[in-house]
Amino acid sequence: MPAITAPELDEPIPLSALQHAVYCLRQAALIHIERMWEENRFTAEGRVLHDTVHEAADHRRGAVRRVSAMPLACRRLNLAGTADLVEFRDGPDGETAFPVEYKRGKAKLHRADEVQLCAQALCLEEMTGRAVPEGALFYATTRRRVGVPFDAELRRLTEQVACDFAALIAAGATPPASYRADRCNACSLIELCRPKLTRTSAAEFRRRAIAASLADAPGGELP
Amino acid sequence: MKKLLNTLYVTTEGASLRKDGENLVAEVESEERARVPFHMLASVVVFGGVYVSPPLIQALAARGITIVLLDRAGRFQARIEGPVSGNVLLRRAQYRVSERPTDIVRSFVSAKVANQRTVLQRSLRDYGEEMAVGLRSRIEAVVDRLAGILRRVGMTDLDVEALRGAEGEAAFGYFSVFGSLIRVTDPEMQFGGRSRRPPRDAVNAVLSFIYVLLTHDCRSAAEAVGLDPAVGFLHRDRPGRPSLALDLMEELRPVLADRLALSLINRRQLRPRDFETQDGGATLLTDDGRRTVLTAWQDRKKEERQHPFLGETAQLGLVPYLQAQLLSRHLRGDLDAYPPYIWK
Repeated sequence: MPAITAPELDEPIPLSALQHAVYCLRQAALIHIERMWEENRFTAEGRVLHDTVHEAADHRRGAVRRVSAMPLACRRLNLAGTADLVEFRDGPDGETAFPVEYKRGKAKLHRADEVQLCAQALCLEEMTGRAVPEGALFYATTRRRVGVPFDAELRRLTEQVACDFAALIAAGATPPASYRADRCNACSLIELCRPKLTRTSAAEFRRRAIAASLADAPGGELP
Repeated sequence: MKKLLNTLYVTTEGASLRKDGENLVAEVESEERARVPFHMLASVVVFGGVYVSPPLIQALAARGITIVLLDRAGRFQARIEGPVSGNVLLRRAQYRVSERPTDIVRSFVSAKVANQRTVLQRSLRDYGEEMAVGLRSRIEAVVDRLAGILRRVGMTDLDVEALRGAEGEAAFGYFSVFGSLIRVTDPEMQFGGRSRRPPRDAVNAVLSFIYVLLTHDCRSAAEAVGLDPAVGFLHRDRPGRPSLALDLMEELRPVLADRLALSLINRRQLRPRDFETQDGGATLLTDDGRRTVLTAWQDRKKEERQHPFLGETAQLGLVPYLQAQLLSRHLRGDLDAYPPYIWK
C-alpha cells in the first residue's frame, strides 16, 4: 500500500483531535478550528485533568520498559501529541513498542479511540523505524485493557481521517452539519452545532416573521 | 440548553470582594454577605467604590469570568478579562461582512421596529380602554407608521443608509408616544422625550440604566461566541464603542428593557424617591432604586419564552447569547441570513 501524505500545515495536528474527526468532521472542526467551544467546555475539564497528570517518567518492570507521557510525532502525516504510556517490550531482536491509551468511561461502539491509538503507533513506527503491531486501550470504568491490533483496515482508516482533517484545517472551513440521530443526540456539542439548523432558511424565516408581525396592519400594499 | 450563568452585581459602596478557595466572597464591614462558587459565574459587575482583591482578579481572569467596573451612575470605567481567544476565522468573516452589511442590518432593524410596534400594541390592548381618545389615536397612528416602516425595511431592497434612516424614523415615532404608556400621574415620573448623557428625567434614568445592563450582556454574548464586540454592522465603528454589542441589543431593547422600565414605573416599584437630581439636571437612580431595577432585571432574565427561530424554550437572559451564536453561524456560512429575534 502506498503511503498517504497529509497536506502541508504549519502546525501539526494534535493526536487527540483525530478521535473527534473519526466521530464527526464537523465536531472536530468546531473544536479544533473554531476553538471557541473548546474554551467553554474543555478548559474546565483540562484543568482538572492537568492536576492529576503524570510527569514524564521512565521505569522498568521485568522485560518491559515503561515510558509515560511520551512525546510523539509523525512527519509523514503531520501529527504530534503525547502518549499516556508506551511499553517497550524486550524481544530477541530488540524492543517492540506497545502504546497504551487511558480513557475515562468504557469501550465505545465507534472506532475513535482505536484510531487515536493507531495514530500513536504510526508515530512510533516512524520514530523507531520498527513495526508496532498492537497496543491497548485502558478504560477507567471497567478497569480493563482492551488489546487493539493495528491491522491494515485500521491503519487505512487512521490515515484517511488524518488527511481529511488536515484538508479541513488547511481550508479553515467547517463542513455543514448533516443530522444523524444516532450520532448527534449523543454529541455533547449538539447545542453549539445545531445540526438541524442548516436545513432551515433564515431568510425565509425572516420574511415569514415580518409578514406575521404585519398581519394585523391595515392595507397590504407596499410603500 | 446552555445554562444561564449568573452575573453578580455589587452595588454596595465600600464592599470588598475576595477569593476563598473556588468561591467569590463579598464582605461589607468584614461581614460575609454573599458567597458564589466560580463555576456559577459568568461575570461580575461592580458599581462605584468596591474593593476587588488581586487574587480574586487573577482567579476570575483565569476562568474567563469578566469583571466590569462601572461608576456609581452605571457609566463604564474598565473591564478586566483573561486572554481573548476568539476564533480568528470567525472574526475575519465578521470583518469581511461588515464591509457589506446590508442584509444583517435589515434583520436588526426589522426586528427592532417590529418589537417596538409590539410594545405599543400591547399597551393599547391592555390599557387602550382607559386612555383618552386623542392619546389612543396618537399611539395607533404611530403603530401604523411603524407598520409602514417595517414593510419598507423587510420587503424592499434598501441600502444600509436607508435602513439606518428607517431605524431613526421608527425610534422617533416610538419615543414620541412612549411617555403615554406611563400610567402613573406623579409629575416626577413623566417622560420628556429620550435624553441621554445625562438622562434628564426619571424615566430616562431607568432606560439608560437598563440599557447599560443589556449592553453588558450583549457584549459578553458576542465575546462568548468569539465575535469581536467592537465591529458592528448597523453601528459604525468608533474606537471604544462596542458596536456589535449595540447592534445585538437593538432588537432586544423594546422587549427586554423598555417593557421592564414601563412595568417598574407603572407598578410603582420605582417611585420619585428612588431618583436623585443633580445640579445641572442629570437624574440618576438612588442606591435603592438601582437595587430594585437589578432585582427585576435578574428575575426577568429567568423568564422563559419560545425562541422564534430555534423553536426551543429559552430563558430571556440567554437570548443575547443565542442571537450572537446564530449571527456567528450565519457569518461562518451555516445560515443564509441572520434570523432576527421578533417578539410576539
